[in-house]
Amino acid sequence: MSNEATLHGHPEVVTTHDAHHDEHGVHHHKETFITKYVFSQDHKMISKQFLITGMIWAIIGGLMSVLFRLQLGYPDAHFQFLEDLLGSKWAKGGQIQPEFYYALVTMHGTILVFFVLTGGLSGTFANFLIPLQIGARDMASPLMNMLSYWFFLLSSVIMFCSLFVETGPASGGWTTYPPLSALGDASDGSKTGMDLWIVAMAMFVVSSLLGNLNYISTILNLRTKGMSMTRLPLTVWALFFTAILGVLSFPVLLSGLILLLFDRHAGTSFYLSDIFIASTQKALPNEGGSAILYQHLFWFLGHPEVYIIILPAMGLVSEVMSINARKPIFGYMAMVGSMFAIAILAFLVWAHHMFVTGLNPFLGSVFVLLTLLIAVPSAIKVFNWLTTLWRGNIRFTPAMLFAIGFVSTFISGGLTGIFLGNSTLDISLHDTYFVIAHFHIVMGVSGILGMFAGIYHWFPKMYGRYMNNTLAYIHFWVTLIGAYLIFWPMHYEGLAGMPRRYMDYSNWVQFNQFGGLNQFISTVAIITFAVQLLFVFNFFYSIFKGRRVMSRNPWNATTLEWTAPIRPGHGNWPGEIPEVHRWPYDYAKDGADFIPQTEPLGSHESAH
Amino acid sequence: MSTFFLILILLLGFLITFQIAKASEYVGVLKGEKKNFEQNNRVNGFLMIVFLILGLIGVWWCNELFRGKILGESASVHGQQIDTMLYITITITGIVFVITQILLFWFAYKYQFNEKRKAHYFPHDNRLEVVWTVVPAIALTVLVGFGLFYWFRITGDAPADSLQIEVTGKQFGWIFRYPGKDGVFGKKYYQNISDKDNNSLGLLWDDANTHDDVVVTNEMYVEVNKPVKLIVNSRDVIHDVGLAEFRQKIDAVPGTPTTMWFIPKFTTEEAKKSHNNPDFQYEISCDQMCGKGHYTMRGVVTVVTHEQYLLWLAKQKPNYVQVFPDKDPSAPAKAADSTKTAATPVDAAKKLVAQK
Repeated sequence: MSNEATLHGHPEVVTTHDAHHDEHGVHHHKETFITKYVFSQDHKMISKQFLITGMIWAIIGGLMSVLFRLQLGYPDAHFQFLEDLLGSKWAKGGQIQPEFYYALVTMHGTILVFFVLTGGLSGTFANFLIPLQIGARDMASPLMNMLSYWFFLLSSVIMFCSLFVETGPASGGWTTYPPLSALGDASDGSKTGMDLWIVAMAMFVVSSLLGNLNYISTILNLRTKGMSMTRLPLTVWALFFTAILGVLSFPVLLSGLILLLFDRHAGTSFYLSDIFIASTQKALPNEGGSAILYQHLFWFLGHPEVYIIILPAMGLVSEVMSINARKPIFGYMAMVGSMFAIAILAFLVWAHHMFVTGLNPFLGSVFVLLTLLIAVPSAIKVFNWLTTLWRGNIRFTPAMLFAIGFVSTFISGGLTGIFLGNSTLDISLHDTYFVIAHFHIVMGVSGILGMFAGIYHWFPKMYGRYMNNTLAYIHFWVTLIGAYLIFWPMHYEGLAGMPRRYMDYSNWVQFNQFGGLNQFISTVAIITFAVQLLFVFNFFYSIFKGRRVMSRNPWNATTLEWTAPIRPGHGNWPGEIPEVHRWPYDYAKDGADFIPQTEPLGSHESAH
Repeated sequence: MSTFFLILILLLGFLITFQIAKASEYVGVLKGEKKNFEQNNRVNGFLMIVFLILGLIGVWWCNELFRGKILGESASVHGQQIDTMLYITITITGIVFVITQILLFWFAYKYQFNEKRKAHYFPHDNRLEVVWTVVPAIALTVLVGFGLFYWFRITGDAPADSLQIEVTGKQFGWIFRYPGKDGVFGKKYYQNISDKDNNSLGLLWDDANTHDDVVVTNEMYVEVNKPVKLIVNSRDVIHDVGLAEFRQKIDAVPGTPTTMWFIPKFTTEEAKKSHNNPDFQYEISCDQMCGKGHYTMRGVVTVVTHEQYLLWLAKQKPNYVQVFPDKDPSAPAKAADSTKTAATPVDAAKKLVAQK
């Protein structure tokens, strides 16, 4: 194929690999610091850029949660250092002010959902793993790939700047429902901060489209010889479905945001109707708009978005689990099929976020049915993972621990989805802490555990060094236990009807009985956050000082990335790209510990 | 100063942890990679089973701890149905939760690395896949069936004799309107809203039906054992009428009225006794992010007996009368009288029209 032609930018010299590779060494072009580390077109470097940007965002977003957990745990306390740090506008007398509290929760959601678990997770691993695992020298368009990162960074910079505008960043919740988000007079966060939020998200959508189109065309066109679709590792399948979801759903968000922008500045009435603003004592001229229309547009992305987060994690976990259980992933085709089903259903369930908006009850019932249908492919995946562990020979590498943790939290959070997807229960549970507990466990914690599994597993491939195992074990156990201690009790608060997005419950007769519990949760959250910093330290320390990787294939894995040199250059394989002869999960087959994908089938051997 | 020390302690903690971690890595290298790996594997395998056992005990303990703190008996008939649905769901998902978590961590413990064991090559089995496709599908069908049965009952039409109340959310409070004796809500238009002129809903005084409409804020009176239908609006951004004790919730959307209905089972006085709390009130919480005062947007539902309700209503002055005291159509005594004598709301309405 034209792998090398795209890489070197000489379309006229398209030849076959066999004739081509000898003349073209991998380190053919000169690299300066700028082209290697900054404006790099190497998918491996771009993946690291995504990863490190995502990690910085994760620290910022996590720190925000520490701040608002302080408020929730200790609503009456005065923390002088907060005023010193944030100034008297946001933390007067050491107490977080309401505008700032809502800005914090809004930005925490936006940052974690989009910048960490979408950009950071699929940006990192789609870039790193797709070319390496399918046997390609780089993405179909390295330039577009580079632009994808730079739009992501631009979006990040704009979002970051919005934290510092005078009226504060967006503060209407990460879903930014109008009219609240459309009217600066209704909320300070809906002034400049909201415009910056919209612009940043628009840049994010551009980045996501550039990246996703690239991932899809790379997977479809640049697979090495013998790499049929059914021989792709599950990571690549997962990233493939993720990219398709992104391409089809992100533009809908953008359209919704553009209409919002029109409502904000051009006097249109897409979402606005019958509004009287108390702060200015004025009735607005807008009539006939529908605030609910925005919610349809938002959740048409918003729901696939949660699968955009969880599918890559599922792929990483499947791969890590099979390698470290030393046996094939159970039900490969069922795994692919269930991911396909999830990807289709992802587009058909969005209105389950809107059961109490006054939605037509019949329409609601259709969405109940479709929503609970998603539990079937999810259950298939869980049982397949369990069977993969059954009669394995499990190595508890840090990555494997995180993979097992992922399955545990995915079960816990998935099951509470059955509560919320059922409209009858949603009437009572909607927008309570039960929802917080559900989506944090199933999307936040599971997503991040999957990401950790991926980082620990592929770190040796990324940097040619190992991370420190002891720190990794501490990191895993504190994170898993901490996550359960934080989010499990929230289910009970939710069952008591405690609404989310309240900064103080002490004046409520029905909700003030959880003061002690909130303090406990806050304390655990702070400890768990501190341990994440330990991980960050381990990560950066190990890049420079970690134990060196001595063999190409430290995990004894079958997939192609482990056939490349320990520190592959741009182009991944010196010489010819390896040819593939079998599926990627031949572990424990015929008495062999593992058989790499590049190994031809033996004369008496059958394909799996 | 204490902050400084806190940070110092934290840094020291990090440093110590890091040093231990680094040392243990060196020890591992000295011991030999294989031995080190086996030891780590055993420790983590053991922790898996410890986590499982402590975790399950923790879940049970948590249930015991919070049983009394989460809502008790639902205060509405719909709420009872929702609670039934909740118990059905908890039972089914609870069984799945316990089984799958036990399998996960037990497998991890049992099948941890052992030099003597060979992993079992078991790539697929279609019978198993069918089993765990069909069984969850059946369980979910049951849940969907029960769920929709209750959903349509709850969202179905309110009984014709329901008490109708219009609820309007605003930043940051609640406005309630009662249709008055004629049982009809008069017309309103949002451009007419004026807090200054005491017309918080923008009622159109040209429409005679508005003249007896009673408008109150923050506290809503309803009758026990009588269906209540709420017609929910918003004046500015989206709010949500959340009635935790009644297990009810509906968004308040500007420009698009929504409805919900329920039957309160206990009066507030009864609830104070059963909750063992003299300060207990049925609260209305705003459940949709609406701005910086979101968490203060508290309303109260006061459930009273039929007689108490009539008495309360008779004491309320219609919004129209408050705005135009000189146009009071009837003396206060007469108004109280008419509440008692009017056979139906329709009669009362006819009287009003005749007076005009």
